Parts: sequence; structure tokens; C-alpha cells
Amino acid sequence: MNTLTTATPLGTYLVRLADDNVVLGQRLGEYISHAPELEEDLAIANTGLDHIGIARHLYTLAGSVEGDGRTEDDFAMMRSERAFTNALLVEQPNTDFGYLTVRQFFFDAYQVPLWRRLASSSHDELAGIAGKGLKEATYHLRRSSSWIVRLGDGTSESHARVQGSVDGLWRFTTELCASDDVERQLADEGIIALSSDLRADWERTVDAVLEEATLTRPADTFQAGTGRFGVHTEYLGHLLGEMQWMQRSHPGLTW
Amino acid sequence: MSYEVPIAPGEQPVDVPEGSTTDHGWPLWEVFVRAKRGLNHTHVGSIHAPDAATAIQNARDGYTRRAEGVSVWVVPSNEIHASDDADSMFAPFEDKPYRHPTFYEIPDEVGQL
Repeated sequence: MNTLTTATPLGTYLVRLADDNVVLGQRLGEYISHAPELEEDLAIANTGLDHIGIARHLYTLAGSVEGDGRTEDDFAMMRSERAFTNALLVEQPNTDFGYLTVRQFFFDAYQVPLWRRLASSSHDELAGIAGKGLKEATYHLRRSSSWIVRLGDGTSESHARVQGSVDGLWRFTTELCASDDVERQLADEGIIALSSDLRADWERTVDAVLEEATLTRPADTFQAGTGRFGVHTEYLGHLLGEMQWMQRSHPGLTW
Repeated sequence: MSYEVPIAPGEQPVDVPEGSTTDHGWPLWEVFVRAKRGLNHTHVGSIHAPDAATAIQNARDGYTRRAEGVSVWVVPSNEIHASDDADSMFAPFEDKPYRHPTFYEIPDEVGQL
């Protein structure tokens, strides 16, 4: 249960996308009741549930592609930290509302072009999930972009905090648009688009919003990118401990 | 309206003016949702938001997450002008049943109107 790959490249790829979404969904869930306003709590909960919903579809599809009987719960609840292949960005903790918003914005700016391309995948089920994901991610991006502009072009404190979050999270952004042999094989078969092809779209969105928000794009320095290999920052283990505790204490638990 | 709010040690009491529409800085907005094309927008409740664009997003997340609508209006609550004194405004109509069109014989041929 603790390998980084499944039997097929497609299964491995699907689990990566699902891991991104389940980890981010859990992070957003943690924040409920901590948002600055009740309305934001609702919006953050909605967004988190969108991510978890997408993860469920992707895990289930990965299980059927793999053909080994693994369910969505097996993937989400019964794998350990080193088997998770999410990008490092999504596991970063909820430091404050601005930090959470920048994390969301960087991820949304990646997911919109991702789903747009996967929606025309030759794999029908993946294309279907992508179509649903595209509608949700388009709204997520609209919402997170508008908050980046409000916070960046807001008070001197909100500007300083959100600029600090942009600087701090910038090191986790290259990984989103990195491609490896798993992706190249699938791209050759016409099933997916290479993540590296998404970078131009990502930069266009990020540059436009940062400019409108009067924020400065950080210089490209050190980039951390080990999530797809199961090597994570210290924060993921704690997140999984909380998320998986119930299912591991009472295996097979349902309600 | 007044009520006692417990004050923690070292905390200053907060004075909230009577009739204030905000208790924390963000103005209140009334939300109207159109359930489907062809129907009117109907008042469903209110939300807090710093501006109109955010109000629409918050209304979407608060009131349409179970597919209740296809369109949303938001209106600043302090722009709503409401009637007062129901006694003189509306009570006079209560004893004028002849204003209801219930005194006509409707021929059977009309069927369901």
C-alpha cells in the first residue's frame, strides 16, 4: 500500500491529481470557523468540498484503471505520507487568511488550464471528471483572484502580509507544472497534456492578478519539488494523522 | 434593545450603536435568487460583504450551493425602504372582501383559469 506508483502510468497520474485535491480539501476543512467572516467560512467549505469531490472521482477511476480492487478510501485513508504524491504547495499549513488565499490562487491558476486540457482527453471518464473540475476551478480562480486583488491593493498591513505569502509560497509553484516519464508516456498516447505545457497559462494568470493587486512577482530562486516522489514538508504527516485517524482506528468504518 | 455581554478580564466593553447594520465593519446585503429562467428573483436572506462583487460571490456560496438558482441579485440593505405602521397601511383592507374577485359566477365552459 505504500508505493509511489500504481500498476499503470494512468493510475499513477490520477492518484497524483487526486492527492493534490484531497490534501487541499482537508486543509480548507481545517480552516472552517477560523475565517474572518461567516460568509468566508461557507465559501472555504464549499471550495474544500469541491476538491474532495474531485479527489473521490479520481481515486475511484484510478482504482478501476489499476484493476486491483482498491477503493477511494484505500487510497485516501490507508496510504502513508511517503506514498502520497501531492505537490508540496497544497500541504502548506493555514498560517493566515492571506496565506491560504495565495496558496489557493496559485493552485487554481494551475487547475483551470489543467482541466481545460484534460476535458478533451481521449479517455472519456477522465474527460468527464475534467469537465466538472473545470467549472468548479473557474469559480475558485475567480474567487481567489478577487481576494488577492483586495488584499494586495488593500491596507498596508494586508499588502505586506499577502506579499509575504506570495514570496513564501513561490518556491512551491514550479513543481505544479513539472513533467516526468509518467506524464510523457501518457501524453504520447494522447491521454493527457504535459504539465510543463501549463506553465505559460499559469504565468499569464498569476502575472495579471499580481499586477492588478500591486504585488511584486518574486525572483525565481530555489524551487522545492519533491512531492511527486513522496518526499514532503513536515506538515503533511500531521495532516494525514488527523485525516486518517478514524479510518485507521476503526478499519472499514462507515456511517 | 440592550443586553449584557460578558467582559473578559482586561477587555474593554464594545459599544454597538442601536440600529447599526454592521457589527464588524462589513455592510449587510439583501440577496435575491431566481430559481429558474422566467421566474422572479425572490428574497432569500442576507449576507455580509465588503463590496458588490464579493456580495454576489458570498450569496452564491451561501444560498445557491444546492442548485437553488440561476441568477443572483444583491442590494445594500440600507438602500431598502420599508413600510411602517401596518395598522394604517394595511389593516383597512381586511374588511373589504368585495375587492377580491370572489363574487362572480364562473361558467363551467371557462374551465380552469
